[in-house]
Amino acid sequence: MDTLVRYDLRTTPLREVNTALHKPGVTGEFVIDHPDGAHNVAVGVNAPARVTVNGHVGYYAAGMNQQAEIVINGNAGTGVAENMMSGTVRVNGNASQSAGATAHGGLLVIEGDAAARCGISMKGVDIVVGGDIGHMSAFMAQAGRLVVRGNAGEALGDSIYEARIYVRGAVASLGADCVKKDMRPEHHAELAELLAAAGFTDETSEYTRYGSARNLYHFHVDNSASY
Amino acid sequence: MTASDDRARRGLRESATFDRPTIAAIQRAAETGIYDIRGWGAKRPLPHFDDLLFLGASMSRYPLEGYRERCGTDVVLGDRHAKHPLHLDIPVTIAGMSFGALSGPAKEALGRGASEAGTSTTTGDGGMTPEERGQSKNLVYQYLPSRYGMNPDDLRKADAIEIVLGQGAKPGGGGMLLGQKISPRVAGMRTLPEGIDQRSACRHPDWTGPDDLTIKINELREITDWEKPIYVKVGATRTYYDVKLAVHAGADVVVVDGMQGGTAATQDVFIEHVGIPTLAAIPQAVQALQELDVHRKVQLIVSGGIRNGADVAKALALGADAVAIGTAALIALGDNHPRYEAEYEKLGSAAGFYDDFQDGRDPAGISTQDPELAARFDPIEGGRRLANYLRVLTMEAQTIARACGKAHVTHLEPEDLVAVTIEAAAMARVPLAGTEWIPGRGPGAGL
Amino acid sequence: MCGIVGLHLRTPELYPRLGELLSGMLGEMSDRGADSAGVAVYGDPVWSPPGRGCVSVTDIAAAPDLGSDVDVVQVDSTYQLSSDVSSEVLLERVRLSYPDALIAGFGADLAVLKGVGHPRSLTDAWGLAKAQGWQGVGHTRMATESAVTPSGCHPYTVGPQQCLVHNGSFANHATIRRDLRRAGVVFDSENDTEVGARFVAQQLAAGRDVETALKELCATFDGFYTLLVSNHDSFAVVRDAIACKPAVIAETTEWVAMASEYRALSELPGVESAKIWEPEPEVVYAWTR
Repeated sequence: MDTLVRYDLRTTPLREVNTALHKPGVTGEFVIDHPDGAHNVAVGVNAPARVTVNGHVGYYAAGMNQQAEIVINGNAGTGVAENMMSGTVRVNGNASQSAGATAHGGLLVIEGDAAARCGISMKGVDIVVGGDIGHMSAFMAQAGRLVVRGNAGEALGDSIYEARIYVRGAVASLGADCVKKDMRPEHHAELAELLAAAGFTDETSEYTRYGSARNLYHFHVDNSASY
Repeated sequence: MTASDDRARRGLRESATFDRPTIAAIQRAAETGIYDIRGWGAKRPLPHFDDLLFLGASMSRYPLEGYRERCGTDVVLGDRHAKHPLHLDIPVTIAGMSFGALSGPAKEALGRGASEAGTSTTTGDGGMTPEERGQSKNLVYQYLPSRYGMNPDDLRKADAIEIVLGQGAKPGGGGMLLGQKISPRVAGMRTLPEGIDQRSACRHPDWTGPDDLTIKINELREITDWEKPIYVKVGATRTYYDVKLAVHAGADVVVVDGMQGGTAATQDVFIEHVGIPTLAAIPQAVQALQELDVHRKVQLIVSGGIRNGADVAKALALGADAVAIGTAALIALGDNHPRYEAEYEKLGSAAGFYDDFQDGRDPAGISTQDPELAARFDPIEGGRRLANYLRVLTMEAQTIARACGKAHVTHLEPEDLVAVTIEAAAMARVPLAGTEWIPGRGPGAGL
Repeated sequence: MCGIVGLHLRTPELYPRLGELLSGMLGEMSDRGADSAGVAVYGDPVWSPPGRGCVSVTDIAAAPDLGSDVDVVQVDSTYQLSSDVSSEVLLERVRLSYPDALIAGFGADLAVLKGVGHPRSLTDAWGLAKAQGWQGVGHTRMATESAVTPSGCHPYTVGPQQCLVHNGSFANHATIRRDLRRAGVVFDSENDTEVGARFVAQQLAAGRDVETALKELCATFDGFYTLLVSNHDSFAVVRDAIACKPAVIAETTEWVAMASEYRALSELPGVESAKIWEPEPEVVYAWTR
């Protein structure tokens, strides 16, 4: 039987809440009220539980998430779902800098805008952003997929490795070694799947794909201007 | 007559500014168009522990006998907040070195040797390997800008977490691993394509500055339920301020790595010209801790050119709680051993000079990913050698501490030391031998 | 090592609530800096009576006495001085009589309060919640020296009515400080923020507008920084080219606010329908009354 456990961060210390979420074999539904911008909410969860956070969170919400489905009904600060391994994190609001930083897996959905460095150093996570993303997004993005329904800021995909980026709107500028790429059938299929997983129904034909030109994969004197 | 005698006789004089290594470096740059990359730490002569001497026993300071008159060597690291601080038998730890930079057998050997000696090893920029976790009784897990291989399962398996801001060889530089060492296994661990030259971030992706570091330290504590000590490691630069800020941000242990500290690969100019000597960093770190009234409560680990028990004793006397060894540990394992002389020559180097770790062709099988070369290295034998070396370091430090009348090696103090050069006296803040003079000190002087 | 907040009110109906709103914002930034704090309030009739020159003085043993034509209002450890002469003239008199005191700020309609202690305790001690006005700027600080002093606190105010708060650190300010000293600028501290503040003040004194001054600053200073500069009627925010230090701006028809973290804005009236964004690198966002 799945239970619903409710916490109020105005009266319960965060440590108690995170500790409860870390109990071995934890399942079921959890609701966290009044985060009021607290940092490190629901970090290090490693269980197929569902956590709903009602309010705005500070830094690193859902950090290093494994398996859990975490919903934030508010805005998220720096590093939401940083280093996530699996599971889902959904922000029904905006996300600040470094959303999904270095994450290895799972799905991060941001309803609104994400700020600078969205998907920085991503290592396999899927990120879908409903609005715009800020500058230096997908910096050193190694693996995974980033979908942006709005516009992207300056230096998108600077020093990108093998991650794939799909943008519907305008890109202010591309970073070093990041180039426009053809959308082949497999890319349309991949994009459609990601949009559906995030709850959007856009036409994939509206999107442009970006990825690595792979010119910086070996240090070469001719590329010295790029460094 | 030697070749140099002959040159001298003929009136040939080498320029001190454009000496032969400098000429070779300029010519290499002109040929290749790319900076020189190498391993190891700063090779040039610097004020170092050799310039300090212990005062030893005297009419008023009585030495302890060996064996029964105990001189303790144990150290506890990280007891400020963590549920499970590290209890080490000796004040010498193994510094962070990556799997990728080093071979799997080499990491295994480090684990074996450290565990036998009752101390800790540290992962590096590439993540935690099963070999190291399996062999190392106390494993410190590094948290670096690249976050290669970082994951919460390994975080929970670690005994301590070390947040790396920088290292002495390249304060401000990120990791570097060239294609020849990005083997299938390394590539898999780092989520990189095989065989490419790794580009690495030099800053953390989701925090900059001590205000954000405070939040990050709390995040790591929350994820691991406050069980493990959190270390903060800095390359020695503005050490006094860095240590204060690290303490304010919540560090349980601070690790300061001087410019003599090694790396597996970075630009030669970075190694030789950025960062300060270990000797100049230690008193800054200790002053910072003392001013915040946390000396010995937030522990200090010092690294960068620790070679023998005298270095260990001197670092402790200046106020460190423990030291870390990197280059020395590899040498103990067999790096630069004369038995490989012929192979070093084939690589254009020589035993005692070999620092091309970045090439991954190490004849000793330590800093390579080549399976054939790595197979030459026996991790069990290597572990034994490291344990021997760690025992010698400890016994040497104890010998010195006993001679100074100390019942524990961390009871050594700056007043047990004098310097033989003015630079060392100023940097280490101990008097020039035979005088009361500490250059640079006095009302209003110093920091 | 700190948190910054700023609030610029566009509608007079909200002026009575300035202090209350600013207190809330500052309190939310306590976690970023819990050792000391400072605020600048524009337009409180008790602290800075309209039509009078004002000087905020702190770090002084007792209430300054400059004669009967200078009124003194004590706000915790700060003394708000006001007089019919201009702020600059009053400032000179204070400096002559009390050379060792810390001048926290000066300018018409301006009060600058700085203190050592937890931001929430300080806002209580100041009675900030009752303050009124059209604009306020604040800063919470994480101290790194063992002796925490008010002189290390922001806002830095180095020209009449001008305030600057800063989150981050500059990398080449030592050279810029030398250049400014050669041009005759006198510094109160070795703080890197003060270099930024005096640079901006010098630009403004040379007749440039705030936007140009901040663009010059971005072109001249290296480092990671978020800056908020306020003047009698204007409020400007800028981030460096790399923009790693946090900043978020919210705007409605009634107010514009800026803070290091969203949580400081979350209680502002009408924030649910505010336009919210994070400033782009090297773009100056400025509002004028």
